[in-house]
Amino acid sequence: MTTAQATALPSPTRVGLSRGRIELRQFFRQREQVIFTFTFPAFILVLLASIFNGTYPDGVSVGQVFSASMIGAGIVATSFLNMGVGVALDREDGTLKRLHGTPVTATSYFLGKIVLVAVASLAEVVLLLAVGMALFDVTLPTDPGRWVTFAWVFLLTVVSCSLLGIAISSIARGAQSAAAVTNVPYVALLFMSGVYITLDALPEWMLRVGSLFPIKWAAQGFRSVFLPDSMAVQEAAGSWEHGTTALALGAWCVVGLLLCLVTFRWTNRRG
Amino acid sequence: MDAITVRGLGKSYGDVTAVAGVDLAIRRGEVFALLGPNGAGKTTTVEVLEGHRRRDRGEVSVLGEDPGTAGRAWRARIGIVLQTANDAAELTVRESVRHYAGYYAHPADVDEVIERVGLTEKAGARVKSLSGGQRRRLDVALGIIGGPELVFLDEPTTGFDPEARRQFWALIRSLASTGTTILLTTHYLDEAEALADRVAVIVGGRVVAEGTPATLGGRSQAKATVSWLAEEGPRTMLTDTPTALIAELSRGRELPELTVTRPSLEDTYLELIGETR
Repeated sequence: MTTAQATALPSPTRVGLSRGRIELRQFFRQREQVIFTFTFPAFILVLLASIFNGTYPDGVSVGQVFSASMIGAGIVATSFLNMGVGVALDREDGTLKRLHGTPVTATSYFLGKIVLVAVASLAEVVLLLAVGMALFDVTLPTDPGRWVTFAWVFLLTVVSCSLLGIAISSIARGAQSAAAVTNVPYVALLFMSGVYITLDALPEWMLRVGSLFPIKWAAQGFRSVFLPDSMAVQEAAGSWEHGTTALALGAWCVVGLLLCLVTFRWTNRRG
Repeated sequence: MDAITVRGLGKSYGDVTAVAGVDLAIRRGEVFALLGPNGAGKTTTVEVLEGHRRRDRGEVSVLGEDPGTAGRAWRARIGIVLQTANDAAELTVRESVRHYAGYYAHPADVDEVIERVGLTEKAGARVKSLSGGQRRRLDVALGIIGGPELVFLDEPTTGFDPEARRQFWALIRSLASTGTTILLTTHYLDEAEALADRVAVIVGGRVVAEGTPATLGGRSQAKATVSWLAEEGPRTMLTDTPTALIAELSRGRELPELTVTRPSLEDTYLELIGETR
């Protein structure tokens, strides 16, 4: 009888997709979540691009540069911040404890989170592109090669930052602490990675610190997708550095996964 | 076959021993209550049985499997009713029950379960709008939607008003009447007396007494207290044979203010937990 029931249990994939649907429903019903995580990057983009104006040689506007960089920052918000606070909250409010008492496996739970992050991040890109196109002359690339770059930068950023978010949620003592523990490095790195401030205004040491973390590489990757190649000389290295970008983001995926495996807990209590 | 057997269960947190050798045997279809003061080891014991916590020592079998290693199929056969969860605030009652139904091979009917826990009128309401008592009823619904053979209830009515408690008891009785085994922890003695077939008292990480609520700690054999108002004032006598005593005292007359009492479950319990302190 036990075996008959085991084979009849819905597959972890099916349960994971069902969790994804419920995660999305909860995410978009939470007004604070939608405002702070989801529309905040677009809001900052409008502010920044309205404060700083000017054009680079080749007629590229500062607004276009901010728009491209902010796509990187936006999906770090929908992955890193969303997971960091979301998983800590699931641990605090009993979601994880309840799931641990049901046939749901960790795989299904994380599959649900992946669906949430993927959909929220894609929606974030669409929102930021819409703002960029409407206000700051952003145009969609027509070269398929650029969309390939878009795809892998998007994927590696979302995966590495989701994993880091999950890992940091285990270090945090609760959801409130997780919000602080994720937001402080996030905002600091937005400055150091040339998202909030153009690269030429940053001191050398900040660039170095920024280049250790994923946001810089994500922002640079999206600049290479949405800006003309003539803009590559404005980068710290003078080129788009696709190889280094893939390597840096890939390395963070590995580090994030290891941290997750070592630190993941179902509840806030130890033992 | 027993639903739960526990032998020599031990669990420590650092230097603190939470459970120091618990033995239990809970039969299928039984409502079993674990009583004990805060910090006695009730919750730790239950969490080990639920598979939420690792044990340090002892043998544990729950529905024939070791909860420390049991898999998904086993978890589909148990139901855990959380007492402090605040999850799924943005979902409606029906959405969350339906979603949980999707985890199981043979879930119960969603609307039927909602009705059973008395939330039909709130089925379309967001979970965050529920009162404390309604929230706990939803917890029960989520715990039983998979059609479990065994349900864990950890201090389910803490913070309830008297009416909500009575309603909750009726819900637990209806669950028990379908043959579901129920393991309940509580520090309300009237709750244990109202619901449980058998109770065990845990103090300092050990079971100090076990029995039916009526016989716990030798309660049914304890001396009866007979009180009445005599001509010279109130009188009280302890006796093993209250019927004979009253027959002799009254000789056909009415004895004013006559009462015969035995130790309440509370008296017995307080004596039990006092002895071991």
